[in-house]
Amino acid sequence: MAASFLFSQVMGGLTTAMFLFLIASGLSLVFGIMRVINFAHGSFYMLGAYLAWQGVQWLHPTGAGFWLATLFAAVTVGVLGAIIERVFFRSLYGREELYQLLFTYALVLILGDAAKFLWGVEQLSVSTPPILSGGIEIFGTTQPLYTLFIIAIGPAIAIAGSLVLSRTGIGRLVRAAQMDREMLDALGANVGAIYTGMFVFASFLAGLSGALVTPIQSIVPGMDVLIIVQAFIVVVIGGMGSFWGTFWGSVIYGEVLSFGILIFPGFSLFSVFALMAVILIVRPWGLFGRPL
Amino acid sequence: MTALLAIENIHAAYGLSRVLFGISLEVETGECVCLLGRNGVGKTTTMRSVMGLLRPTSGRVLWKGADIAGWSPHRVARAGIGFVPEDRRIFAELSVWENLDIAARAARRRGRWDIDAVYELFPALRELRNRQGGFLSGGEQQMLTIARTLMGNPELLLLDEPSEGLAPLVVETLLEKTRELKAQGVTILLAEQGVDFSLALADRVYVLEKGSIRHSGPAAELRNDSALRDRLLAL
Repeated sequence: MAASFLFSQVMGGLTTAMFLFLIASGLSLVFGIMRVINFAHGSFYMLGAYLAWQGVQWLHPTGAGFWLATLFAAVTVGVLGAIIERVFFRSLYGREELYQLLFTYALVLILGDAAKFLWGVEQLSVSTPPILSGGIEIFGTTQPLYTLFIIAIGPAIAIAGSLVLSRTGIGRLVRAAQMDREMLDALGANVGAIYTGMFVFASFLAGLSGALVTPIQSIVPGMDVLIIVQAFIVVVIGGMGSFWGTFWGSVIYGEVLSFGILIFPGFSLFSVFALMAVILIVRPWGLFGRPL
Repeated sequence: MTALLAIENIHAAYGLSRVLFGISLEVETGECVCLLGRNGVGKTTTMRSVMGLLRPTSGRVLWKGADIAGWSPHRVARAGIGFVPEDRRIFAELSVWENLDIAARAARRRGRWDIDAVYELFPALRELRNRQGGFLSGGEQQMLTIARTLMGNPELLLLDEPSEGLAPLVVETLLEKTRELKAQGVTILLAEQGVDFSLALADRVYVLEKGSIRHSGPAAELRNDSALRDRLLAL
């Protein structure tokens, strides 16, 4: 196999990985801190994609308004997250997982149908923003600029996120809320507001990644369920609630998928599921997680 | 003059099991009041009811005359009541300094207690400031949990069983520190099983039994009258 070919596979894997990271990090954060498994997280990603498309249509169908549309999509999904957390999730904290599962699954169905109602079932697509529409030569391959941008944004968010968690006052409060919610409340912190903030941030990231994926993938009904399954696999591999675990879990997932296609063509997803099965047997709490 | 804290006839329960049967008590500014009684008589429940961690089924909790029963814990904390729980509840994965820092951020009450002031009261904590809370000894954790609550500059400190599980020498140090706090004008409501610890500090005591108040009076009375002490607190 030529080196340039391998390089292309690695880059393809990394692109998948960084999208997954943006989604799975929010999923993992919400679970790690609030102990709620949010199945509807993939629906937020889907809404981000549709809203970005809508924004582009309103602003400039040729694609010039892409960045503004992306911001609009991510912020709108964040606001939606705030409403959903304030109105519904409140009563789920500390309840049995079954209730959380049922509620968030209902949300998946409702949001999925709402998207079909609003945008139909046709494939929609968004063109690459002009500033990133070219490509550059690396190792004898042509890498689209947009792909490189996505590969850069993942680590940037990972580093920024972990610095905020470890070095800032907000980060310390968030970590304390994860360890002992009631004690932090008794010390005077409005833990409910911290939860809302975290949920909004996670929703914002999901909406952002949904918007950013549109130049690469077409927008179709069902993308919500497809992505949530993948995000769960990432989180299982990396370890629930571990920020860097999610990052490396995404990278492993992306690369295994990218190279799995070469080894088992037609069974590419098999390799990822096999990896997850092995990890669940050997290290059920994930590569970077801690035993519960 | 209204008392700083007045509990009026509160009843409380955990689910179906009733724990408090009409507790009434008062704490005046500058006082150290002790709730004495065995394990399970309702001392912790009384404190949790004041703090908003448990909603009393009936009765009033008056803070400077306003009823705060049913308030959320952070609202109670910001109103000026600081809680030092029995099980200490240090944030185990945060360092000593981080534990103190978030407490100041959480309560948002500035006053005489800041990081330097609590390090001055507990010099050991300054040495341990970078150590994770989970790696402290029991005595060190107890100091940290008191220091952490002080960072919120409470006007009333609820101290739940501070001497529990500590070696006698550590208890001695703790007693001294608590006396120092009292001398500096911190109002304290203390819950204790240990008679020596509480009588050494308290101005007044309430003796609890099965969720009600069996006796109340000046601490000196119990200190001087061993027959009364034995009758009330025979363990």
